[in-house]
Amino acid sequence: MGWNRKILRVDLAGGTCREEPLNMEWAQEYLGSRGLATKYLVSEIDPRVDPLSPDNKMIMATGPLTGTMASTGGRYTVVTKGPLTGAIACSNSGGFFGAEMKFAGWDMIIFEGRAPKPVYLHVENDRAELRDASHLWGKSCWETEETIKHELQDPLVRISSIGRAGENQVYYACIVNDLHRAAGRSGVGAVMGSKNLKAVALRGTKGVSGIRDFGEFMQATNAAKKVLADNAVTGQGLPKYGTQVLMNVINEIGALPTRNHRDVQFEDAGKISAEAMHEKRPSDGKPQLVTNAACFGCTIACGRISEIDKGHFTVKNNPKYWGASGGLEYEAAWALGAANGVGDLEALQYANLLCNEQGMDPISFGATVGAAMELYEMGVLTQEQIGLEAPFGSAAALAKLAEMTALGEGFGKEIGLGSKRLCTKCGHPELSMTVKGQEFPAYDSRGIQGMGLAYATSNRGACHLRGYTVASEVLGIPVKTDPHVTEGKAELVKAFQDATAVFDSAGICVFTSFAWTLADVQPQLAAACEGDWSMDKLNAVGERIWNMERQFNNAAGFTAKDDNLPPRLTSEPAKTGPAKGMVNHLDRMLPEYYQVRGWTPEGVPKPETLSRLGL
Amino acid sequence: MKIAFKLFASLSDYLPAGSRDNRIELDVDEGVSVAEMIRRYQVPERSAHLVLVNGLFVPPAERSRRRLQEGDEVAVWPPIAGG
Ligand code: SF4
Repeated sequence: MGWNRKILRVDLAGGTCREEPLNMEWAQEYLGSRGLATKYLVSEIDPRVDPLSPDNKMIMATGPLTGTMASTGGRYTVVTKGPLTGAIACSNSGGFFGAEMKFAGWDMIIFEGRAPKPVYLHVENDRAELRDASHLWGKSCWETEETIKHELQDPLVRISSIGRAGENQVYYACIVNDLHRAAGRSGVGAVMGSKNLKAVALRGTKGVSGIRDFGEFMQATNAAKKVLADNAVTGQGLPKYGTQVLMNVINEIGALPTRNHRDVQFEDAGKISAEAMHEKRPSDGKPQLVTNAACFGCTIACGRISEIDKGHFTVKNNPKYWGASGGLEYEAAWALGAANGVGDLEALQYANLLCNEQGMDPISFGATVGAAMELYEMGVLTQEQIGLEAPFGSAAALAKLAEMTALGEGFGKEIGLGSKRLCTKCGHPELSMTVKGQEFPAYDSRGIQGMGLAYATSNRGACHLRGYTVASEVLGIPVKTDPHVTEGKAELVKAFQDATAVFDSAGICVFTSFAWTLADVQPQLAAACEGDWSMDKLNAVGERIWNMERQFNNAAGFTAKDDNLPPRLTSEPAKTGPAKGMVNHLDRMLPEYYQVRGWTPEGVPKPETLSRLGL
Repeated sequence: MKIAFKLFASLSDYLPAGSRDNRIELDVDEGVSVAEMIRRYQVPERSAHLVLVNGLFVPPAERSRRRLQEGDEVAVWPPIAGG
């Protein structure tokens, strides 16, 4: 078994922590992490619950490969109902926190209710207790981590926490672990804040036991690591250039959303690219990038550790930001940069540091700033309202708005609503570049048709990590498909969605899928876990998880109408580049997708689909 | 005729010293193929993974057939991915 078979249930209102056995029947059906935690959540909460009320629950979960010697086996997920979307939220993070949960002997932690005053959870192996966190409230994620380590006199304790954004219930607040890794999307940090839960501090010294067949597991994980090492993407490309290498690619193919998706190419893309991060700055002769970094057990090491230019206007009087820290990854660089027309790499890193420090999703934050800048340029929002000039391209406005949003000051409170609520409030809901209330990531679906369908049908709102067809449509992984056609995209999207659900639920990083297929994951799971873990079973598990999430959303009030894209993407043609003149043809793909999924034309799983999947 | 030739990520090492922004502007003979350009800069064939002309993908089998035209932009990447 790759599971510890043990859950920690924390009643925040009552202040108690209770041990429970893991439901092993469910583990056989939903694997772990994303799948298994979602099964618990949907069984325990009313889908119509207010996400920020005490009746919502929040689950932190590991998978059977988390904490093991499987490459990238350090992942954990936070599953809850998301405040940004009102849909299922499932945010995945790397770093070391997930592995530590496993070492402490737990598979997942379920948080219920709301604490009467700020608390943090301290777990040391079997012992778990809620502690007062009044002194931590108001502190950043970075200060919280330092303070807890100091008071526990344990530098090795692993911490996930919220910053000011989560406390203030910024709708896209995230939960930050290990200083710059985050369960980033859908506002899981706001749920944590609504529960008065400031942090979770874990220390585990038990290691991982109970692997089904250790010899077989060693063999399987070693073989899989060799696949990663031998692959040019996971063995060389990602460690050297990180995800940021995509900036020039996506710009070149004309799918880099720019200035709130007004444009599809950014004239300064090169200045904010991976290549630029390697270049020496004229100011101090140093490149922004210091080194790459790895999450627990990862043999890819795609993470970026950078040092901001100390003389840059954003930090020149603020030495606390001068040290090496996390960033920039592609999504953050895009959202803080191209989405706002800002081509100042140092300003992007500053805004990114604030997102890590105070716990905000840089994608949703950056995209919301993009919407605000468009409203400003239209004259809908004024300098008086915002408190500053905020035209597209203003690095000063980006930096100031990041500070204001992170600290909940002035117009920052409005930016903290997210783009859908902000644009609706301003009378222009059509300018919100969102699906189900969540902001798009860094791919314009006019130039990558399949991504339009992946976004529209993603169970957690617009997201690239639910079905990353960019891999096939642009990068040729596992096979190259044409990004401009709609034919075949329904099957492609479904295949990516179901497989990703398995990667996530196993406790490994989805970036392995640039080299691994499910056939590489299967022997690792089969060696670690008791039960049948054949390819057929894994395919069924992925599809089951997807349908379970869909059913939750349907019960929460979502319908086929919500499987939609903003009108800009379906009616305003791309202005430049190879996709010039194109819009996204979601209408051609969606009916076929419902069919492929075994859903009704209204997007509801048919009874025979549910019974086939045992739902 | 004038074309632009762009090499990204680790392939930028194959550009002449002093090139900026991962690109060079070139004067080439009419009818030069994509594959010839890649060879001219000694980019190993297996490293020329993603080859775009004006942003559109050119599959490996078509690279020697595909003739360039005035103003074309050729961009080449090794195997890469992101997220
Ligand atoms: S590939 Fe990157 S994000 Fe994934 S586990 Fe490794 S370092 Fe972390």
